Amino acid sequence: MAEALIRVEELAKEYRMGSNVVPALCGVSLDIAAGEFVAVMGPSGSGKSTFMNLLGCLDHPSGGRYWLDGQEVSQLSGDELARVRNRKLGFVFQHFNLLARTSALDNVSLPLLYSEMPPTERKRHAEQRLAQVGLAQRMDHHPAQLSGGQQQRVAIARALVNDPQLVLADEPTGALDSHTSVEIMALLQQLNREGITIVLVTHEHDVAHFAGRIITFRDGKIIEDKTNVANDAAAQLQ
Amino acid sequence: MNFTATLHIALLALRVNKMRSALTMLGIIIGVAAVIIMIAVGGGAQARVEDQIRSLGSNIIMVLSGSMTSGGARGGIGSQPTIFEDDAYAMGREIEEIQAAAPTLRGNGQVVSGNTNWSTIFYGITPDYLEVREWAIVEGRGFEPAEMSGAGKVVLIGQTVAKNIFGDASPLDQVVRVRKVPLTVIGVLDRKGQSMTGQDQDDLILIPISTARKRILGAAQAKSRSVSSIMVKVRQGADMNDADQRMRELLRQRHRLQQGQDDDFFVRNLSEILQAQEASSKVMTLLLAAVASVSLLVGGIGIMNIMLVSVTERTREIGLRMAVGARARDILTQFLVEAVTLSLIGGAIGILLGISGATAIAELAGWRTELSGSSIVLAAGFAGAVGIFFGYYPAKKASRLLPIEALRYE
Repeated sequence: MAEALIRVEELAKEYRMGSNVVPALCGVSLDIAAGEFVAVMGPSGSGKSTFMNLLGCLDHPSGGRYWLDGQEVSQLSGDELARVRNRKLGFVFQHFNLLARTSALDNVSLPLLYSEMPPTERKRHAEQRLAQVGLAQRMDHHPAQLSGGQQQRVAIARALVNDPQLVLADEPTGALDSHTSVEIMALLQQLNREGITIVLVTHEHDVAHFAGRIITFRDGKIIEDKTNVANDAAAQLQ
Repeated sequence: MNFTATLHIALLALRVNKMRSALTMLGIIIGVAAVIIMIAVGGGAQARVEDQIRSLGSNIIMVLSGSMTSGGARGGIGSQPTIFEDDAYAMGREIEEIQAAAPTLRGNGQVVSGNTNWSTIFYGITPDYLEVREWAIVEGRGFEPAEMSGAGKVVLIGQTVAKNIFGDASPLDQVVRVRKVPLTVIGVLDRKGQSMTGQDQDDLILIPISTARKRILGAAQAKSRSVSSIMVKVRQGADMNDADQRMRELLRQRHRLQQGQDDDFFVRNLSEILQAQEASSKVMTLLLAAVASVSLLVGGIGIMNIMLVSVTERTREIGLRMAVGARARDILTQFLVEAVTLSLIGGAIGILLGISGATAIAELAGWRTELSGSSIVLAAGFAGAVGIFFGYYPAKKASRLLPIEALRYE
């Protein structure tokens, strides 16, 4: 098998609540290849969010190992993880998490502020990405001046600005109406076709069925991992 | 990540919250301005006292005649002529701590010139007097030795007398009469202004001591060589108390006083009073600065308060920044730079406000203020230190947040 973009082995995470130890993830192993579009499903408390946090290098696993792009990241320090997030990962959140009273352009270039990129380069990259998500005309708008769908597009542009190998989307359509949700999914599918690996957490089957692979969690374990004939979001819009 | 980028991030964050930034700065602005104004006002008061000491002539000791008791009535100081011109010369000669000892004979009278006249004090002096009082002659010349020994009919006049008798005309070579004795004005004294007690120090005339004794004060004085007072200037760096002590010993010896017998003279150490006043005005300056520092401290606590609120309010922002690659140290630096920027900008505005405030006080209230560069540097440095000190805790708190928890924060 070719080198997977993501490989996890027996990945586990426990939380300590006072004297109780609550297992959130109990030994998950899987590979995700570059270019895949994976939907992670499961009820709340199933461990899918914990799994995403670990994939996103936002948290340390209690056990098991995790290789991202051939590099073992499960043992890295906080600062090293920050560097991995900055170079290799892009995040899309349910509530967009844009900086208020800050222009779309500045929001998009935020991750580059933490890289070594010179200011003119930063601006050029951010402009390119905003154009890519169809917001070339809205660069100076503040989040409050944009619709929910547009805000999520800004957030996606931000996730893309550092040319990541993996985009992690946590309920990206959770705060949007169904039409806008399909628009956002069309955008993600288009990005995936351009070669970006996407892992998306959702609890909506409709949304999950735009992905090529659906992984279902329950009680901290994977109970189902199946390929899916993806619906074409762009076609649905017409 | 380099420092300019951090500065850029911090300035962006401050600009986004203009109102909050301005309010936070206000505490520092007031604190810094208060420190500068208070030190300026205190410094002004101190400088005034120092000027008074200087105008009196520093390191001055006065020796006055003793009192006489006749028929049960005790006279005041100077009622008995117990000190003499030769005492002064002996002190100048024998006590090394003494730079100059000037005997003076004091009297008052009407100064008459043409159809104007003016009542004033005259002093019969030796040239030492001018040295002791550090008094310059702005026009004309001082007394010649021949005039000193020969009771020359010459006079030096103070500014107030010059103005009242001669107006704007030059008094030089004019003749004035004092107790019917015609005296030629040979010089005009520099302006000394008011003494500490509000006396006009320029309202006097000076004549050679021999002239005063032989020609003006008349027969009673002519016989003895007693003087009203001896003004002594102690050498720079010499101990005032030593000089005082040795002077007393010398006078007691010259006056043949037995052990146990009271002094037949009085010694007044004038600068002591002024030095006490100077010390108290120094304490006052310190006190004012301390009070003002409290407001700077309160301003600093204000910064900490706002920064803590800001950290809580921006928890999700911090989480996001961490998610996109900010390290703990980047977050720490950002919040620290925000706090220091606030306090430095506040400090700069405070300095401007302090300088204009001190100037306004000087103009409007007529108080003397002394702006010192060191107080401005101190206030600016303190403002920066306050920013770092009170900004550190909130910044540390922000940098310790865990990304997932910060992102989930509602």
